[in-house]
Amino acid sequence: MTAERTVGDLALARARWGWTEIAFWLFAVASIFLFSDRYLILTEMAWLGLFALSLDLILGYAGIVSLGHAAFFGVGAYSAGLLAVHGIIKEPVLALLVAGLAAMVLGFVTSFLVIRGSELSQLMVTLGIALLLRELANKFSNITGGFDGLQGISIDPILGLFAFDLYGKTGYIYCLVVLFVLFLLARRIVNSPFGLSLRAIRNNPLRAAAIGIPVNRRLIAIYTISAFYAGIAGALFTQTTALASLDVFSFERSADLLLVLVIGGTGYLYGGLIGAVVFRILQDVFSSWTPQFWQFWIGLVLVLIVLIGRDRMYRGVLWLPRYLFQLFRKAHAKPAVSDGGAP
Amino acid sequence: MTSLFTILFDGVAYGMLLFVLACGLAVTLGLMNFVNLAHGAFAMAGGYICAVLVNNSGVPFFVALPIAFVASALIGLVMEQSLYKHLYHRSPLDQVLFTIGLVFMSVTAVDYIMGSSQIFIHLPDVLQGQVNLFGIGVGRYRLMIIVICGLLTLGLQLILAKTRFGSRLRAAVDDPRAASGLGINVPQVFALTFAFGSGLAGLGGALGAEVLGLDPYFPLKFMIYFLIVVTVGGSSTITGPFLASLLLGIADVAGKYYVPKLGAFVIYTVMIVILIWKPNGLFGRTAAR
Repeated sequence: MTAERTVGDLALARARWGWTEIAFWLFAVASIFLFSDRYLILTEMAWLGLFALSLDLILGYAGIVSLGHAAFFGVGAYSAGLLAVHGIIKEPVLALLVAGLAAMVLGFVTSFLVIRGSELSQLMVTLGIALLLRELANKFSNITGGFDGLQGISIDPILGLFAFDLYGKTGYIYCLVVLFVLFLLARRIVNSPFGLSLRAIRNNPLRAAAIGIPVNRRLIAIYTISAFYAGIAGALFTQTTALASLDVFSFERSADLLLVLVIGGTGYLYGGLIGAVVFRILQDVFSSWTPQFWQFWIGLVLVLIVLIGRDRMYRGVLWLPRYLFQLFRKAHAKPAVSDGGAP
Repeated sequence: MTSLFTILFDGVAYGMLLFVLACGLAVTLGLMNFVNLAHGAFAMAGGYICAVLVNNSGVPFFVALPIAFVASALIGLVMEQSLYKHLYHRSPLDQVLFTIGLVFMSVTAVDYIMGSSQIFIHLPDVLQGQVNLFGIGVGRYRLMIIVICGLLTLGLQLILAKTRFGSRLRAAVDDPRAASGLGINVPQVFALTFAFGSGLAGLGGALGAEVLGLDPYFPLKFMIYFLIVVTVGGSSTITGPFLASLLLGIADVAGKYYVPKLGAFVIYTVMIVILIWKPNGLFGRTAAR
């Protein structure tokens, strides 16, 4: 009985808002005023962060490895683009939801294929699905515009009130609001009993099944939710850039996404957001060194991260803040509780 | 009838090429469960080495082929000993990240050094044009591919089935722990196999430059094909990937000829269906892992 209460208390304590989290979001709001000449790159960080958050939901919390998460991003992007081009739903927020739902449906259908089998077949099935969709988008060029992408996307004002401006201020605030709302939802999901059961599955599926967690159903649910998030990220991309071309499905997009998440760290929701910021800055620096060959450095970063070891890297980065934190808290130190290793 | 035969012939040539390219990957995956997405980079290395030798240094094509094999095998050996070796026991995610990183680096490095345009190897006159076979004209180059790859396949099969090294390798694939318990030096077997597989990929890259096209994006473009061969064929035998390659080659050529609108769609669908239906591959045995 007492053990149960401790576990519950711990879960609740984890779910409480810390000052670092509040500072993070305050800084995000402040960025609107601080970097007023950098809205385009900030917008990119926002949707990339949301996209990485969606991968974190399945990779960090449920342990599903995906090499084809761009599939859902692409479906979201094309849905938003098509809705705008054909004037079916002109209002961006509604279109965003519809695009997310379209990706969600795909996520639900494909989840049955993905949760089967080993990590290796997961990798290949997800990769295969993304390639399949790219091929479809390429072949049905009368609908998707093929290699040239969708032409003539124009996005109406948000809620009929806020028009997208040339500098991208509206776009950035819009992305940030969507990101924050979906982040709150994700935070609620992962801290709920449902989210805890996912972590149990990630750490040991067999044991999770033995204590009565319906493993497959939970995995299908989180995969579907993650697809919804990725679809929204894709739709944000299309709405803020007025672009939807074949490269939304590309393998590089899925691979870059893995890098984003790995930079930030998996399994605590902020990883994707921090990773997105770091990744975009890195990409900017690399392209200013060698405009055409920035991918080389991205590759090098990936190789180095793996060779150093992800855990070791995070420990290195987090050493200083943790040290300060411990000094701060030395008076009433509590034993730290870990929820097992991240995958 | 003629077109059917031509398609079959081209498909077989294509499939055999794919087999030579991918069989190294099948062994890596089967032996160490290592997800090597950078396998195509070794093939690209072989292709470019051959191209530079033939086009710039004037080395005869048939001399350049074995050099491409040896060079890629050496690159493979060095990479295995210096980098890959440390990652065998890491999670598939780490392996995937690492090899994607390698792919990105190799793609941009080759792009930087050789330029991004497609490269052609100057073929000797013997290999150009067509030859009359049973009253039907077939490309000489493709005929040579079939002959070389067929001989290689036979050789591989013989090595695997008859030699001591082959039985060590098979033992290590079946159960690495028991094999090392019996005194088989599994890491050594693996290093040699990795190098040999990389060499074969390099040879395949050199041979395939004419058929598949050779540009810096080769490792990315053909990654999925290699994975299909391995997943469909299973990684426990050599006949599995071989049959899978032939099937894939013929299906791809026929698909492009008869239903060009669908393109690669058919192949991806088939791969996913087979993965769902038989996760260990069409010809694979149920591995005890």
